[in-house]
Amino acid sequence: MEENLRTHQHRARIHALGHGLLRKRDFYAGALMILFGLVMALKGPGYRTGTLMHMGPGFLPTALGVILVGLGIAIAASATTAAEGEDEGILPEHPEWWGWACILASPLAFILFGTFGGLIPATFMCVFVAAMGDRTATLKGSAVLSSIITFFGVGLFHYVLQVPMPILTWRGM
Amino acid sequence: MISTALTDLWYGFGVALEPHNIMWCFIGVLVGNMVGVLPGMGPLATISILLPLTFGIKPVGAILMLAGVMYGAQYGGAICSILLNLPCHPPHAVTCLDGFPLTKQGKGGVALGLTVICSFVGASWGITEMIFLAPVLVEVALQFGPAEICSLMLLGLLAGSTLARGSPVKGVAMTVLGLMLGIVGTDLETGAERFTFGMTHLDDGIELIALALGLFGIAEFMNSVNQVSLVNAKYAKVRLRDMRPSKAEIKRSIGPMFRGTIIGSLCALIPGTGPTIASFVAYATEKKISKTPEKFGTGMIEGVVCPETATHSSVQGDFIPTMSLGIPGDAVMALLLGALMIQGIVPGPQLIKEHPDIFWGLVASFWIGNIMLVLLNVPLIGIWVKLLTIPYKYLFPSAMFFVCIGVYAANNDMFQVGETVVIGILGYILLRLGFHPAPILLGFVLGPRFEENFRRAMLISRGDLAVFVERPISAVFVFLCVLLIGLQVYVRLRGTKPPIEVPTGLESMESAE
Repeated sequence: MEENLRTHQHRARIHALGHGLLRKRDFYAGALMILFGLVMALKGPGYRTGTLMHMGPGFLPTALGVILVGLGIAIAASATTAAEGEDEGILPEHPEWWGWACILASPLAFILFGTFGGLIPATFMCVFVAAMGDRTATLKGSAVLSSIITFFGVGLFHYVLQVPMPILTWRGM
Repeated sequence: MISTALTDLWYGFGVALEPHNIMWCFIGVLVGNMVGVLPGMGPLATISILLPLTFGIKPVGAILMLAGVMYGAQYGGAICSILLNLPCHPPHAVTCLDGFPLTKQGKGGVALGLTVICSFVGASWGITEMIFLAPVLVEVALQFGPAEICSLMLLGLLAGSTLARGSPVKGVAMTVLGLMLGIVGTDLETGAERFTFGMTHLDDGIELIALALGLFGIAEFMNSVNQVSLVNAKYAKVRLRDMRPSKAEIKRSIGPMFRGTIIGSLCALIPGTGPTIASFVAYATEKKISKTPEKFGTGMIEGVVCPETATHSSVQGDFIPTMSLGIPGDAVMALLLGALMIQGIVPGPQLIKEHPDIFWGLVASFWIGNIMLVLLNVPLIGIWVKLLTIPYKYLFPSAMFFVCIGVYAANNDMFQVGETVVIGILGYILLRLGFHPAPILLGFVLGPRFEENFRRAMLISRGDLAVFVERPISAVFVFLCVLLIGLQVYVRLRGTKPPIEVPTGLESMESAE
């Protein structure tokens, strides 16, 4: 009876292992490290590793890559022992796709408007786009915030710190 | 020895009291305090964002300003945690436990007043330690060959990554990732371009500012956007006269202050155990020796004073290995060291000799800066309390602008702004996967020097790895590394968690370190 129970538990555990692993955060964490490690370890020898005495530029990257692969395996392996029911989601409970997109678009707006329009449009758009990322943001509120930041930002960075970027041009740089 | 130290210190005061230097120090403390008070802005984010402001300044002024930013931000974080129960910076997590109940009882002002005093006491002790210990360490370190430097760096990297919070294996993985990021760019010795993927913009390597702002700026904002609830500033009403502690309260704090100082400075001496561990140990000690341990958590002054003193004394102590050996203990120190490197100053044991103005000026400015901190916080506390209530939705867009212009101003290069975005995405993924990105910075800053010294050591020993254990000093460091790893494995196998418990409320702020 007891024997039976144990094999049952054992089987259940193996079952959970296969299914559960793909939902474990640590599994992906390890996988990502293995990926980075592999890139380094495979690309490293291309830079000439040399010998221990006369190390080439590829030596350390290759070595680090191998180490990172090892660490990645250790991390992924630890996923099997992690307790069930912990917060294992890779995405947060409420993914903020819009907020994330706005935050990432904000520096891109800075690059775009900074390259083609100068500091004022770059600052304004950078803050404006980021501000729209908040759930309660309004167009008007974001515009007001951006204007204030633009005013002070341009004052500080152009006039006080003299960052060499034209204030307002068209296709300048 | 004491007289030379005092002469050097006198010289340092001369440097720090030069009008422009004192001005930079003041600006640093003021701005650091201001930004550090804002909810969600820890010292790392604050320093990264303000780092670009120092590019135009001479090295001495720049480092004084950044140090000012650092302790300004530190104190700002204490305000945030006492008045709002929001630990923006992990060491302050325990301050919340008793600080916020005090605020609820209307005694937040007293707690803040005492925090000012004990930060000054803790820091003063740390500075004294630095004055006497750093030159001694330098004497020793100047005898080091490449093999010793290498194994010392290895120890620093291991300690920094395994003793920080979170899983040690993940910490080490982050350090290795940091070392790799440090490799990107042109190899100094052979001129080979490594991991540039054909992009000429990457020839000079990844920019420190881009890395720091990507990891602690963009990734952090992605983590917090729409997650930060409106701050509860109901209790956060502090007036100037509330801040003066009564005689009885001062008397009660003297003991904890003394113990906190000792604990903090001890933690600073053990590599890798930074302010976070110091504050937790201090709180636990205070609770253990108290006659009324059950009252902790309900607003005991001791529970605020002791950890705060320990934090400040430990932070100050962290400067010792950073400035004298060139080996930073945590990410904040790595950032400061990186800032020095941007200014063209090579960190290491030779720094004190080659740039005495930087070292001794910095030491003296710590005192000046800490006095400024006291003077600033007493009259300005009302303004700080107002700043606390700035909603996050106004905060992060403004910070985004500082991120962009800061990265751009580093080299006037738009490419690096794009680099920051990529690093930000990577940083956020790492955060979600349960990594703490702080050790990346440690590896990144030390990486190139590690490679250089490793190569040199191997060349001298004719490719014999045994050199690391044959030379006695190096062998000690290697032994400590092995001990460190052994201990971690032992703790793991026994299945006991490290004695540091993470109080609730810290989880969401974990990455803010």
